[in-house]
Amino acid sequence: MIEIKDIYKNFGEKQVLKGITTVFETGKTNLVIGRSGSGKTVLVKTVSGLEKATSGEIIYDGRALSAMNDDQTTALKREIGMVFQGGALFDSMTVAENVRFPLLMFSKMSSAEMDKRVDFCLDRVDLPNTHKLFASELSGGMRKRVAIARAIVANPKYLFCDEPNSGLDPQTSILIDKLIKEITEELNITTIINTHDMNSVLEIGEHIVFIYNGNLWWEGNRHEVITCDNKELNDFLFNNEITKRLKQ
Amino acid sequence: MKKFINTVGGYFMLLGKVLRRPDNGRAFRRQLVYEMKVLGIESLPIACIISAFVGAAVVIQFAASLSNPIYPTWITGYTTRKAIMLEFAPTMIGLVLAGKVGSRIASELGTMRITEQIDALNIMGVNSANYLILPKITAFMLFSPVIVTLSVFSALAGGWLFGMMSGAMSSYEFLDGVQLEFDSYDMFYGMAKGLVYNFIIASVSSFRGYTVTGGALEVGQASTRAVVESCIVLIAANLALTSILI
Ligand SMILES: Nc1ncnc2c1ncn2[C@@H]1O[C@H](COP(=O)(O)OP(=O)(O)O)[C@@H](O)[C@H]1O
Ligand SMILES: [Mg+2]
Repeated sequence: MIEIKDIYKNFGEKQVLKGITTVFETGKTNLVIGRSGSGKTVLVKTVSGLEKATSGEIIYDGRALSAMNDDQTTALKREIGMVFQGGALFDSMTVAENVRFPLLMFSKMSSAEMDKRVDFCLDRVDLPNTHKLFASELSGGMRKRVAIARAIVANPKYLFCDEPNSGLDPQTSILIDKLIKEITEELNITTIINTHDMNSVLEIGEHIVFIYNGNLWWEGNRHEVITCDNKELNDFLFNNEITKRLKQ
Repeated sequence: MKKFINTVGGYFMLLGKVLRRPDNGRAFRRQLVYEMKVLGIESLPIACIISAFVGAAVVIQFAASLSNPIYPTWITGYTTRKAIMLEFAPTMIGLVLAGKVGSRIASELGTMRITEQIDALNIMGVNSANYLILPKITAFMLFSPVIVTLSVFSALAGGWLFGMMSGAMSSYEFLDGVQLEFDSYDMFYGMAKGLVYNFIIASVSSFRGYTVTGGALEVGQASTRAVVESCIVLIAANLALTSILI
């Protein structure tokens, strides 16, 4: 469980997050939604500690980020897996080397154990027999799946996914969404997913946080989304004729 | 002025993160071998070619200005060797490599920054500055003596060849002058300069690449700045070193 309390984040004069408070529960897919540029990436980077919050508290299962020393932060990072928007695979490495990398850096596993774990994770994301390919040889959907495999290889307790299905076709998007949901339940981890995809919202939105102008504008689940009467949320989600009619 | 102080401060803060013991020795060695290949070995051909031509130009220049019979015949070879070992081999090649290696490092790190590969390292708990930059600086400095030595030899060989072909002097006269009163301090001097230059090039361009924000355009700009700033710092260091070491 990750609690965030009154998070503010400024870049110079520019206020991006203006006091966000919520709780991301374990074993659930928590969605952060909002228009592009609304601050989703900044929020997830701030929560993960990649960016420092201007003010506010971030609490990982009772441990406040601001109270940790360098060693404790580093230890916490090893409990975090992150899937970046473009995949952020290391160009100079093959698929297998990418997935193996976190193990190579920090685990005490033998080489054979690492290989086994890499095989398991690549199988889990439905990418067997891709070990020797380089990132540039993969399709968008494959890159995302490799990124997921790399994020889960070291058994994280927290998983952050920044627009895991942006740039993918609708069918692949749903597969990726379901994959993340299954992994969340299997490993019983705390997962935060940034998205602006309505399919994801309706498919896996167990806890949805809508960011608007840097504020938390609406919060609920995928059933509540359908019946809510928040104007900005409705404008954001039900933005064409068909979905508007569906909603009515 | 404030911006300048911030930049210099940022550079030294980054160095503070870079110059630490690597998290993982095996990963460091693997990166080091790779960087020795791309920053070191791949710099040798251009260093040799440029040196040979510069050596030739230097010989022709000296032969022409020292053609008066009051000078001894070995003078061209002697002054050429001195000029090449003390200034041309380290400094000229330093400037050339600032272009080649500096832009490569800055664009590689800049691309990693904007594609979030550096964030990916950080979130794994890797000290990304140390993991990415230390092997580059180490590899490029380790190759410095090789680059300087090869440059000296190529420059002398180029000078000898063109000098003879142009009829400016005889092979015997040149080689006699080149070998006259060889001072190993000159070699040390050239190597010391080379080491400092390579440190400057690798660290300044790493700083520019590592701290990129924005997109592809900014990576291009960072790469240009890396080269320009490396050259300026290198030339300033040359002046300082020349006054200290001579
Ligand atoms: N490092 C930064 N410096 C300045 N502004 C930034 C930085 N990162 C993000 N921003 C700004 O914060 C806002 C939110 O960005 P972001 O979180 O990437 O949006 P999105 O919801 O599309 O992920 C944008 O206006 C962006 O320009
Ligand atoms: Mg984003």
